[in-house]
Amino acid sequence: MNSKNPQLNENGALQHLLTTEGLPISVLLHILDTAESFVGVTERDVKKIPLLRGKSIFNLFFEPSTRTRTTFEIAAKRLSADVINLNIAASSESKGETLLDTVNNLSAMNADMFVVRHSQSGAAHLIAKHARSDIRVINAGDGSHAHPTQALLDMFTIRRYKRDFHNLRVAIIGDILHSRVARSEIHALTTLGVPEVRVIAPKTLLPKMVERLGVHVYHSLEKGLKDIDVLMMLRLQNERMTGANLPSFEEYFKYYGLTPEKLSLARKDAIVMHPGPMNRGVEIDSAVADGKQSVILPQVTFGIAVRMAVMSILAGSQT
Amino acid sequence: MNKNMQLPDPEELFEVLAKKIHVAKIPDIALVGIHTGGVWLAQRLHQKLGIEHPLGMLDVSFYRDDFDKRGLRAHVKPSAIPFDVEKVNILLVDDVLYTGRTIRAAINELFDYGRPGCIHLAALIDRGGRQLPIAPQYVGTELKIPDEKMLELRQDADGKLSLKLYDKNFDE
Repeated sequence: MNSKNPQLNENGALQHLLTTEGLPISVLLHILDTAESFVGVTERDVKKIPLLRGKSIFNLFFEPSTRTRTTFEIAAKRLSADVINLNIAASSESKGETLLDTVNNLSAMNADMFVVRHSQSGAAHLIAKHARSDIRVINAGDGSHAHPTQALLDMFTIRRYKRDFHNLRVAIIGDILHSRVARSEIHALTTLGVPEVRVIAPKTLLPKMVERLGVHVYHSLEKGLKDIDVLMMLRLQNERMTGANLPSFEEYFKYYGLTPEKLSLARKDAIVMHPGPMNRGVEIDSAVADGKQSVILPQVTFGIAVRMAVMSILAGSQT
Repeated sequence: MNKNMQLPDPEELFEVLAKKIHVAKIPDIALVGIHTGGVWLAQRLHQKLGIEHPLGMLDVSFYRDDFDKRGLRAHVKPSAIPFDVEKVNILLVDDVLYTGRTIRAAINELFDYGRPGCIHLAALIDRGGRQLPIAPQYVGTELKIPDEKMLELRQDADGKLSLKLYDKNFDE
């Protein structure tokens, strides 16, 4: 493990995927380019390749998730790996076993890769640090810290529709405060050379000093959407809200919900993205979610190719 | 072997290969080039022989048998088989045929697209050293190359082909 960046080995090759923060552009592009080849595989009759035959991939979900877990499972299966899904929220942890004991036990079952989702920021990092050196770890979302594969599939989608990152204005809209997706997106967009990244949210849903990430802050959706090429909507995470961040969903929709009228303030050819699951009528209007500019379903399809790329790059990297 | 071994002109070898394929008159034939050199050759053959089926291309990286040792190559190109392979006679085209492992991977990948009629194999150069029971039907020439050497087909900006011979341990 490289002491400066635990995701890279001594030769700078990707060994774990924990966050998009600090990942060199060469690594990001390698993932996106490889994913491009996997899109072809997922469009064939036989959607399976033998690359990870005999490898065991454990989906460790300490926090409930259906979509992300399913896309990782499909990705692993299309690579011919064996997938073991563990819904740990409902088992060992509730019996009092520590995170590292759980991981050590699964390592003893000859795991090759862990896909980790946890409500605590840094959980995947901790596992990568303590697991056997030949085990690869993918962060599938840790607390409000990072969700790198979501950010990568978003980058892949942007590149598919907009080709080049260097002349884009991108807006991330909504609950930035609780969003690991937003953080991972900001780091990836910046590294890939997007000149202007905006965050649009009420003050109560923005982390303190968010400007330090190199983004422009807007509190008004109308003003923030001007000249925007890509709109990245976020889910309002009511389950993570402890205090009164919002007066009501209705009021949120009134000011920050994306309606066709508000979308018309962005560029005519702007695309609308959402990591899912959507709260229709809260952060996004159905007419936009199902409209011509929406690329929300292609995002899901590309997500499988991107996860296949990450898994195969990690599985092939030497310790 | 002499270090300055005289290599044949790949442009001439291509003409020899194209003629052999033309004479064979394989019915309902589709061309599939193997990245990267095989695709260059397949593109030329496709045009020269006036093949009806669109050109196919394979990058066998996802099917290689040395993934565990070498990992994924840096520049995997998308495979594209833009025709229905069912019952079609496929001519696989590669530049330098050596161990046969690339061809094994290519055949495996082709079968994931369907069940072709026949698969034929054309190579610009057969350098021997086979490790699998694989034999080409059409070759530009046979050339004995020692195991410690790499023979590579290259293409310049104008599309002109050349051959490069270098030591295996020497990364160009």
